[in-house]
Amino acid sequence: MATVAVQTAERENYLNTEYGIRSWLLTTDHKRIALLYLLAITFFFFIGGFFALIIRLELLTPAGDLVQADTYNKMFTMHGQVMVFFFLIPAVPAVLGNFLIPIMIGAKDLAFPRINLFSWYLLMVGGVLMMYTILTGGVDTGWTFYTPLSTAFLNTHVVTAALAIFIAGFSSILTGLNFIVTVHRMRAPGMTWSRLPLFVWANYATSIIQVLGTPVLAISLMLVALDRVFHFGFFDPQRGGDPLLFQHLFWFYSHPAVYIMILPGMGVVSEIVTCFARKRIFGYKFMALALIAIAVLGFLVWAHHMFVAGISLYAGLAFSLLSYFVAVPSAIKVFNWTATMYKGSISYATPMLYAFGFIGLFTMGGLTGLFLAALGIDVHVTDTYFIIAHFHYIMVGGMVMAYLGGMHFWWPKISGRMYPEGWGKLAAMIIFVGFNLTFFPQFVLGYLGMPRRYWQYKPEFQVLNVLSTAGSTILAVGYLLPMAYFLWSMRYGKPAPDNPWNAAGLEWTTPSPPPTFNFEETPKVTWEAYNYDQIKEAPVE
Amino acid sequence: MSNSPIVVAHDEHNPALRHHFADMEQQREASEMGMWVFLITEIMFFGGMFLAYIVYRYLYYPAWVAGSEHMDFWWGTINTVVLICSSLTMALAVRSAQVGQRKMLVMLLIVTMLLGCVFLGIKAVEYHGHWVEHQFPGPSFHFEGPDPQHVELFFSLYWAMTGFHALHMLIGVVLVGFIAFFGWHGKYGPDYYNPVENTGLYWHFVDIVWIYLYPLLYLISHRHLH
Amino acid sequence: MVLTVVTAAASRIDLRQYSAAVALAIATTKALLVALFFMGVKYISQKMTIVVIVAGLFWLGILLVLSMTDYAWRAFG
Repeated sequence: MATVAVQTAERENYLNTEYGIRSWLLTTDHKRIALLYLLAITFFFFIGGFFALIIRLELLTPAGDLVQADTYNKMFTMHGQVMVFFFLIPAVPAVLGNFLIPIMIGAKDLAFPRINLFSWYLLMVGGVLMMYTILTGGVDTGWTFYTPLSTAFLNTHVVTAALAIFIAGFSSILTGLNFIVTVHRMRAPGMTWSRLPLFVWANYATSIIQVLGTPVLAISLMLVALDRVFHFGFFDPQRGGDPLLFQHLFWFYSHPAVYIMILPGMGVVSEIVTCFARKRIFGYKFMALALIAIAVLGFLVWAHHMFVAGISLYAGLAFSLLSYFVAVPSAIKVFNWTATMYKGSISYATPMLYAFGFIGLFTMGGLTGLFLAALGIDVHVTDTYFIIAHFHYIMVGGMVMAYLGGMHFWWPKISGRMYPEGWGKLAAMIIFVGFNLTFFPQFVLGYLGMPRRYWQYKPEFQVLNVLSTAGSTILAVGYLLPMAYFLWSMRYGKPAPDNPWNAAGLEWTTPSPPPTFNFEETPKVTWEAYNYDQIKEAPVE
Repeated sequence: MSNSPIVVAHDEHNPALRHHFADMEQQREASEMGMWVFLITEIMFFGGMFLAYIVYRYLYYPAWVAGSEHMDFWWGTINTVVLICSSLTMALAVRSAQVGQRKMLVMLLIVTMLLGCVFLGIKAVEYHGHWVEHQFPGPSFHFEGPDPQHVELFFSLYWAMTGFHALHMLIGVVLVGFIAFFGWHGKYGPDYYNPVENTGLYWHFVDIVWIYLYPLLYLISHRHLH
Repeated sequence: MVLTVVTAAASRIDLRQYSAAVALAIATTKALLVALFFMGVKYISQKMTIVVIVAGLFWLGILLVLSMTDYAWRAFG
């Protein structure tokens, strides 16, 4: 063991090439920046999780007895804002995307490394402002900032929260810009578009959304700030404004935002499924096109969040129809993942368990989304727990599982260590059980009529709420396990070989962990993606 | 693209080459594309306000006419000419960098900055005028005439749109200043002028925003009270 | 370049019978000239960059047009 440890310590890689806090805080190495992001989003995951804990504790009993109503409003608001803007949106792109994209395309770094570092600092500034908001009394507008409540009726820190998210949004825009130019201009010789790993395609599609959608969020938050500070009245009916205009601007970004959150996860799943089924992806072209289609179609459906808000019925019809269309490319992806596994040689390492979880839970969440696209059903269940269950199935059952799957899959590459496989499998199963116990009852609750954002409820809903809270504690344990054993593995984990999974992809041709400039020589790619028919060995379990 | 090894000796290439790029051409292409991607984010940012404008103009057209009549037609028109001229000098400055005329470059950049400052100065005069006539929305707003509530909305959009535009102008003036400083020290020439080009793109974009703001805010009515 | 100054003058003179369409047409012409010549769009070598610009304008269109469907159709119910 000692000799192996000495060997890994001897070889220079991006982790040990320089020591000291300055070398990390002033780095332009995309891999180090990825780790900086990892620390940041993990911290915010804890913060958002803390608010979730309070929510679930309050909902153990029908009466509002843990916190006051106003405080409860702050809990769900900040849970949403922190989780969406400071965890989900950056998670896969800024951690896994930053680390892997240059290596996967055979480049030495992203197109604009200094802007990459600047993006991280922007997220940190936004995060500090968000923590300031939280610690000085919080904000209770709901994560959606609906007007005129947020502009004219609340006395909480709306402007600082809006500014924090504005700044974090800028971070997201710059990351997207960086990825787009990188994928267009920095591919190695022979790495054509049709040979790109789907993980790169997924982040590329995500970046398109980030670049085109986030600025509209930015302006809508700015206008809210102007309304509040200068009493401009853009969105205040008492001053001639239209509250729905805010919702149009807000949802124009925030619906595509959910695709920012899920597309990278889909990319991760494609990488994992091909590796652990030992097969090429079924229908590569359709998979890539489906990613782009989701990105584009995702911009055409936003008013399905506004069906009951007062938009015209005919506009509602149009958006309902468009919302059905956007489900098609997602369905194609689920079908193709399944077809990839058919007659494949499947093994059940931890990443694959998470991929399975993703495919099943994302499908459930996505199908319930189709229910919601129907105007009649939406009118019945809107603003109930049905909606909450729907998006948590996709965000948590889908996205967080994909993120964890990706972290396990690429952990050997990132850290040079293997995580303990037994614990990995255990944690995955605990998370799966905990997740379903938390959120499946919420579908039922919503259908039965329990409204969202209420801190008390009718007594007949209590059993389901208790189940949900119980599930959330199991889920919490499940989330803590990987954090613990990843940390453990950095010191005591088995040193990882270059390609522990015998996977395809340029990242597995580099050492674990890679050197700062990724490749000794720029690779020349002459093979197609996912060439598992040429890779003879099975994955190491 | 070349199969170049990682470390390139410094005297073999342009000192401005960043090491993750294979060559200057790749760097220039990346820089150009990156700048345009950034500009389309700005299009969407201003786009939100243009949506607000279109919606409210559609709903409250008479108030829009009334509000526009109180815009200062002559200052707005002069500002438009000033900005377009500054775009001309900026474009010529980029050309100077391309052909390596250092003194011409710096001179044109300074003229561009000055024109930008003229624009901002005129805007300040206009703003002061509006402020004095109680045309700033909020408690101090006062309008004689029908539908003052929606006229106030017009002014809200006026202040927000021209305000963000002016902020972008200010940033632009500062950026041009930086480029002029580095240009004076000989940093740009025919083999490397990306920052000059990118600053030019930014400047022209801000000009185009004003080209649309001008008719939308100043030219709605054929009557002009100023 | 002289043309852009001329069109600015033209928009000044058209004070009577003002129509939004005419104003926007003149503005768009000016903007196109600035884009093509000052910004060098006419001479851009990479096709992809043109795609980027067109996409940006198209997306602005999506924002404006789709949102207006709501407002325009409110009268109908």
